[in-house]
Amino acid sequence: MSTSKPNIVKEQCYHCGEDCETEVIRFDDKGFCCQGCKLVYEVLAENELCAYYDIESFPGESQKSKNSRSNRFDYLEDESIQQKLLDFKNSEESHYTFYIPLIHCASCIWLLENLNQIHTGVIGSRVDFVKKKVQIRIAHDKIKLKELVQLLSSLGYEPKINLSDLDGKQKPKADRKTINRLAVAGFCFGNMMLFSLPEYFSERELLGEGFQGLFNYLNVLLSLPIVFYAANDYYLSAWNSLKRKQINMDVPIVMGIIALFLYSLWQIFIHQEAGYMDSLAGLLFFLLLGKIYQQKTFATLEFDRDYKAYFPISVTRLNKDQEEVIVLTKLEVGDVLLVRDEELVPADCILLSEEAYIDYSFVTGEEVPVKVKKGELIYAGGRQRGEKIMLTVQKSPSQGYLTDLWNNESFEKDKAEGLVPLSNKISAVFTWTVLGIAVSALAFWAFTDLSIGVKAFTSVLIVACPCALAMSTPFTLGNTLRIFGRNKFYLKNAQVIERIADINAVVFDKTGTLTDPANASVTFHGAELSQKSKGILKALVEHSTHPLSNRINQWLGACESEKLDNLKEIKGAGLQGVYLGQDVKLGSLDFTNSEFKNPIESGNIVCFSVENQLIGFFEIQSGLRTDSSDVVRELALGNELHVLSGDHSHELKTLSTKLPEIKEYRFDQSPKNKLEYLQQLKGTGAKTMMIGDGLNDAGALQVSDVGVAITDQVSHFSPASDGILDAHAFGQIPKFLAFAKSTQRVIKASFGLSIAYNVIGITFAVQGLLSPVFCAILMPLSSISVVVFTTLSTNILAYRHGLLTLSKN
Amino acid sequence: MEVIFLLIAISMVLAVSFLFLFFKANKDGQFDDSHTPAIRILFENQHKKESKKDQPTKPKSYE
Repeated sequence: MSTSKPNIVKEQCYHCGEDCETEVIRFDDKGFCCQGCKLVYEVLAENELCAYYDIESFPGESQKSKNSRSNRFDYLEDESIQQKLLDFKNSEESHYTFYIPLIHCASCIWLLENLNQIHTGVIGSRVDFVKKKVQIRIAHDKIKLKELVQLLSSLGYEPKINLSDLDGKQKPKADRKTINRLAVAGFCFGNMMLFSLPEYFSERELLGEGFQGLFNYLNVLLSLPIVFYAANDYYLSAWNSLKRKQINMDVPIVMGIIALFLYSLWQIFIHQEAGYMDSLAGLLFFLLLGKIYQQKTFATLEFDRDYKAYFPISVTRLNKDQEEVIVLTKLEVGDVLLVRDEELVPADCILLSEEAYIDYSFVTGEEVPVKVKKGELIYAGGRQRGEKIMLTVQKSPSQGYLTDLWNNESFEKDKAEGLVPLSNKISAVFTWTVLGIAVSALAFWAFTDLSIGVKAFTSVLIVACPCALAMSTPFTLGNTLRIFGRNKFYLKNAQVIERIADINAVVFDKTGTLTDPANASVTFHGAELSQKSKGILKALVEHSTHPLSNRINQWLGACESEKLDNLKEIKGAGLQGVYLGQDVKLGSLDFTNSEFKNPIESGNIVCFSVENQLIGFFEIQSGLRTDSSDVVRELALGNELHVLSGDHSHELKTLSTKLPEIKEYRFDQSPKNKLEYLQQLKGTGAKTMMIGDGLNDAGALQVSDVGVAITDQVSHFSPASDGILDAHAFGQIPKFLAFAKSTQRVIKASFGLSIAYNVIGITFAVQGLLSPVFCAILMPLSSISVVVFTTLSTNILAYRHGLLTLSKN
Repeated sequence: MEVIFLLIAISMVLAVSFLFLFFKANKDGQFDDSHTPAIRILFENQHKKESKKDQPTKPKSYE
């Protein structure tokens, strides 16, 4: 356990590339940092798969902290579990898909796709890099599911299997259908344009009479798949909207489609003229294009996770002193559980062991472990740090203090209900206006010539078809979604942007959101520390991974560490060592035998003693995120700000002096309190945005109009939300809000533009002057110009808000 | 000029068969993952060298 000088270059592990801290394990002339890494190399070398190391350097993951309990996959022998994980099975082979978060480079793909060279039972495997999934086909008489998972895990690629996987298969992709519809629309549109071209250039005479008729009939033929397949979604949506006595954007679209189709049929079959079939195809093609553009998804992110995705799939139960691994769902109240170091407590339990150190960082965001004594309650979601503990289950996993949140009715509602998007408000006005104009045109002409009247009526419906109108929203929002994504703010769907634009109250969670554990303020109370004492402290804290040690280590900065003997970490108490024959200790009050009253009301304290004599103590308080005060100040203009915290109110004073703009603080909030507070705010008419990180915010995130989960690692854990924000982009929140608001203006402006087109079109239409050529030019022109306008203006706005730089563009 | 009738028929048959192939590819999931194949194609050479040795490897127990 010696500490080496930082300027010496340490040997890097051949497998994972980490510095070999303690010793270097030699094998095959290569150095490894731990036995685990060496083992993986051995397996690969034996099977001649060392190309793994040629594709990328240091492709592996350190195997040091790996859980090597051999029975932890026992639950996979359960027939019903296998059934749920299975994709496909026949008499010879079974297919399984695993999510492996570790997949990160080309070597990973290569190794996972060459599994069949390691084990003959594997028939083949296929990696989806973006989704970090691998589908493996196995011959189930040669390798069992449990063995397969053990094999993967022995290579360092342990699949992540959680409860929600067992809850039934994920929904199939609906996306493919829209792509098919687009393909049909594009196919028909392209061909119809070819057949219609002679018409536009009046080349009819050159071709001869026979062709024109043929081309028209071909156009009718090609329009059938458009009307009866590609446009299906629009009929459905318009019908649903009418049933609810509302008019959404799809109602005028359907009106236009029907008018175009019937009028063209009439033109072609009765009058032997060209009709507007090509315009109809173009319309659908552009509309579907916009629809797909809006459906930008972030494949690796999940927005709908509930607690099941966090909890382990199996637990160790003690049954008459015999350990058995069972599936969490089979856990019953009264069972005795065994929870080891770094394992999650899966249900609300009473502690049977003497003491436990529970890290609730999952739940609250605070990562300093809490000490729990025998007989006390431990909430589900806590992680044990230290020795293994015994617990007795008090409530089933779905009924706990935290998980009970998900039984709240707000989790069954869809947020989109109740909100009328801007486009729908406009389309109602639009539809009635167009109908009004069409009817008056009909009435006006009916007195002179009924046939012109009918023509004018249909022409108005055709030309006023809100193609451009319907496209301004998807393209503006789709582009905004991309710009947000580039700035590490990932939204669930485009509708969220409209809701962000309406926000007038922002609610923050405190721990982990406004404050950042890494930014803790450390103060030392006591005699000034000599260089030597600092060296001793450095040696002590370097030995531990405890969050408080890390913070003290940061505070010490770069100083030379002294050499200590018998360096030991006592979990839950502190660190000790021997320096020149003297006992040095760093840790809790009891541990260092200090006899003084704790003068600090808040925060954590860490005492430092030599030969049981207190030298001084560290006071560690959670610090604000670097840009918290800027964010709060900027958001205070135009928004009401609230802070909810599960902590005690001891930090109120410090917080309110640092963040005077915050209107209301609430401390001691349980997850349910948070949910209710948001509901109450909503009741007052506020449009709320909740920004939080832990599972305890899940209820509040769900109830708020826009719930944003903030996380350090985006692909990691985050509760169900409307958006996931990378913690590094926290300072950008005011910009995001401002930008979302200005995109609403872009939509309105592009509505203005398309209405201008409509006015021109309708002017001709009411006079009965509309021709197919005119239609074929005006419609695509208006669509394309709206697309160009919305894309350009959102990009310019993003640039002005500092969300887009020219080089990226 | 009558040849145009024939040409149109041929072009439509071709175009429809392409559309059909696209449907099939989409259904098979060809467009679901657009990233991995780009990496996978670079492995091909090493892969062939490896598979020349035909001796089957014995299944082993791990852990």
